[in-house]
Amino acid sequence: MRVNFTVNGRPQEADDVWEGESLLYVLRERMGLPGSKNACEQGECGSCTVRLDGVPVCSCLVAAGQVEGREVVTVEGLADFAKERAEHGGCASGACGTSLDEAKKWQARPGQDSQTGEAGTDPAALSPIQQAFIDAGAVQCGFCTPGLLIAADELLERQSDPSDQDIREALSGNLCRCTGYEKILDAVRLAAARQGEAV
Amino acid sequence: MAQNTRTVPAGTPTNVTQNHTKGGIGESTLRPDGTLKVTGEFAYSSDMWHEDMLWGQTLRSTVAHAEIVSIDISEAVAMSGVYAVLTYDDLPAEVKNYGLEIQDTPVLAHGKVRHHGEPVALIAADHPETARRAAAKIRIEYKELPVVTDEASALAPDAPLIHEGRDDHHSGHVPHPNIVHRQPIIRGNVAAARERADVIVEGEYVFGMQDQAFLGPESGLAVPAEDGGVDLYVATQWLHSDLKQIAPVLGLPEEKVRMTLSGVGGAFGGREDISMQIHACLLALRTGKPVKIVYNRFESFFGHVHRHPAKLHYEHGATKDGKLTHLKARIVLDGGAYASASPAVVGNASSLGAGPYVVDDVEIEAVALYTNNPPCGAMRGFGAVQACFAYEAQMDKLAAKLGMDPVEFRQINAMEQGTLMPTGQVVDSPAPVAELLRRVKARPLPPERQWETAGEGADVRALPGGLSNTTHGEGVVRGVGYAVGIKNVGFSEGFDDYSTARVVLQVINGEAVAMVHTAMAEVGQGGVTVHAQIARTELGVTQVTIHPADTQVGSAGSTSASRQTYMTGGAVKNTCEAVREKVLEIGRRKNGSYHPAWATAELLLEGGKVVTDGGEVLANLADILEGEEPIDLELEFRHRATVPFDLVTGQGDGHVQYTFAAHRAVVEVDTELGLVKVIELATAQDVGKALNMLSVVGQIQGGTTQGLGVAVMEEIIVDPKTAKVRNPSFTDYLIPTILDTPTIPVDVLELADPNAPYGLRGLGEAPTLSSTPAVLAAIRNATGLELNKTPVRPEALTGTL
Repeated sequence: MRVNFTVNGRPQEADDVWEGESLLYVLRERMGLPGSKNACEQGECGSCTVRLDGVPVCSCLVAAGQVEGREVVTVEGLADFAKERAEHGGCASGACGTSLDEAKKWQARPGQDSQTGEAGTDPAALSPIQQAFIDAGAVQCGFCTPGLLIAADELLERQSDPSDQDIREALSGNLCRCTGYEKILDAVRLAAARQGEAV
Repeated sequence: MAQNTRTVPAGTPTNVTQNHTKGGIGESTLRPDGTLKVTGEFAYSSDMWHEDMLWGQTLRSTVAHAEIVSIDISEAVAMSGVYAVLTYDDLPAEVKNYGLEIQDTPVLAHGKVRHHGEPVALIAADHPETARRAAAKIRIEYKELPVVTDEASALAPDAPLIHEGRDDHHSGHVPHPNIVHRQPIIRGNVAAARERADVIVEGEYVFGMQDQAFLGPESGLAVPAEDGGVDLYVATQWLHSDLKQIAPVLGLPEEKVRMTLSGVGGAFGGREDISMQIHACLLALRTGKPVKIVYNRFESFFGHVHRHPAKLHYEHGATKDGKLTHLKARIVLDGGAYASASPAVVGNASSLGAGPYVVDDVEIEAVALYTNNPPCGAMRGFGAVQACFAYEAQMDKLAAKLGMDPVEFRQINAMEQGTLMPTGQVVDSPAPVAELLRRVKARPLPPERQWETAGEGADVRALPGGLSNTTHGEGVVRGVGYAVGIKNVGFSEGFDDYSTARVVLQVINGEAVAMVHTAMAEVGQGGVTVHAQIARTELGVTQVTIHPADTQVGSAGSTSASRQTYMTGGAVKNTCEAVREKVLEIGRRKNGSYHPAWATAELLLEGGKVVTDGGEVLANLADILEGEEPIDLELEFRHRATVPFDLVTGQGDGHVQYTFAAHRAVVEVDTELGLVKVIELATAQDVGKALNMLSVVGQIQGGTTQGLGVAVMEEIIVDPKTAKVRNPSFTDYLIPTILDTPTIPVDVLELADPNAPYGLRGLGEAPTLSSTPAVLAAIRNATGLELNKTPVRPEALTGTL
């Protein structure tokens, strides 16, 4: 079957999709967007979390056909999504997404210069929660990171100053095996604090 | 089924580890791969993609012990979209087994299967679902055999032999062919020492089978090459060890198997053994197409070895003033169907079996069994974890019997620099065991009854059971427990443990730039960060590029045994020092006549310049290197030599370095439902020298959490009658979530080891040792129950077992 949907603001068309394929498979193997991770593929670990019409879901549990005509935001589009939100006010429903015009400007960032090691990526291009994860040391192997970022970003969208219990509750569907979670808590606190300063 | 319609390939390993952050050793430099990891661009092994690639699938045995009567692949082969189906008969070389130390593991089962989930056949197809359906069409007829599942069934007079006709280097000295390896440690005179004891305590402890449960599944991509060889992109802990096992079964010389590390989603020991590497290469070579294999979580539980479950019997004595008199211990580790790392785990469990305590009279025996249970091997803490669980419970029992404070009792017996290990080896660097305990004890306790809120009753989120709303605080009791552990660093017992680093220094666009090339597996621990920090420190440059890890450079050894910063970090340091000498040679040649300091002073490289130890600038590094060939050196680094333990007495300087961590656990237990909430897990650890404190603390917290997991929830459950695994999923094998994990305050000591690079101490494993017994001690303290088994399940706390 053919599935038409929007990914990170860009209209996408996937052809010859088998009826049993998950959104996760289509994103990773057909769209070339491997940022959503395949750690358990049964909705237990949260590594594949994406926003579907603004709602965080495990993309491994969503049949590809279910996303027909809908909007998906993955970790690859998180920075643009957060930027759009910052520029056009908060999005309490979580369903705002990135506008089509804005998203059409999206392109893969150039790779880093392998000679000098300098990043081709402008750090300012990261969303606040992405930057906070780096700064707080919340990334080790990083496999859980994309899913945690989507979940944490959604938490901060609806709750600008979450308590530790709020953070724990919001991220309880995302397993991390490396960090012991302390630095993930630090990262969310840091992003919230920076968000607060910016207001 | 549909072909891939994708046109954009995923990232290749070449863009995984570029370095764009700054900072030398001692600074909390940020990860160079952090940006790629938070944007989803970092290429993990399961993200590898190649145009026209096929998907590989493994068919695994549904029974634990059986003769294979027949395999019928005809239906599978005939399916549309299936490119190859391989069984044992298709293996191309004389060598058909592999293994880390003993080559007893079949690439594909031949003749019989020895454990549930053993690989029997391989399929390559155009879509993963085609491959799965084809696997389901393969008909295998098994004739089941009796299963060996524990010590009694393994050593019974008529026990089936798991490996008949063994002729490995351990088979000659083990008392039974179903024992992989046995190591006694005998020192002093236990019988005489027992006479001096005022109290004697005994205990039988059971440590459950833990899984590494790294999040990134076993996966990789094998690409056949025109020269008849194969390029393999894979997540592993040791490229060169894989290579040595892969090439012979493919029938290829090692230079025709080119391996590149792809992004690794955690390891914790679970990637020391081969999983899908050989299978993907076989399918690629057979079909002539790139083949990607990605395990799902279910298969991942069968695809790697686990932590050895153990039964430990301990007897300790002490005098009434609190001095240990003797220790007698027997440690039985279940190694499962294949040897993997069992011999080395036995060496660790026995030699570290007395813990970080002074005890002169010791008899320890550790054995690992062959059974039909899942194979067990390396996992963080490696044999020391199981022993620590037992000896720490014993310390609490002794303290209680003597009416002493458990921390004070431990401090009385704590080893220090100069103490003799039960192996006779002198602990010749700082061993701050008493101080680590003092630090966790001195920390203020978290407030009691934190769940109580002003006026609103209980915040159930802070209680055992959390939002399940199972209690509002009635029936909740608190306990505090302590533990401390000792772990060795690096490969022991005479192993030729070395690491290689290549460093290139050259001028690019007018600036001196270093490139560090090693085969070190970055599994999340942050080696890529510290290697660049070391190069910046030693060479005085700002720009450092980390070359992707591959087999085009010498071996870096394994990313395990807490050894990688010590070993490959040491190799990078030494190679940089040699590069510096070359720089100074060129400098002397070019500029030596202009300033006498070139010949007379101690010269350093700092801030892109050559400076004297007095701080005088002699030249720009870039000017010296300009017009020269790049300086390109590759050197090996070895730690000091060790020797094998004597097979009868266990004596010998078997270990390189020791590392220590202590924990204090504070728990709350709902005694009605048997639910445990760990409130805090305070940690203190000596790291010798923290090259990157941010990473150090992250490692300690992560290791602590894995120990917490095994204390209260983690266990692979194997049916004792059939040896089948009951819970191979994240639904049924539980690892701690952020709700299960407490705050983990970390106190880091830096007492330099004079024998180690920068004085550092390997640190990754030690925090996993003591957090489990600390949590157990706290639960015992809260409930008054004996609790000798991990994990503590609700029925053990409610008397409904």
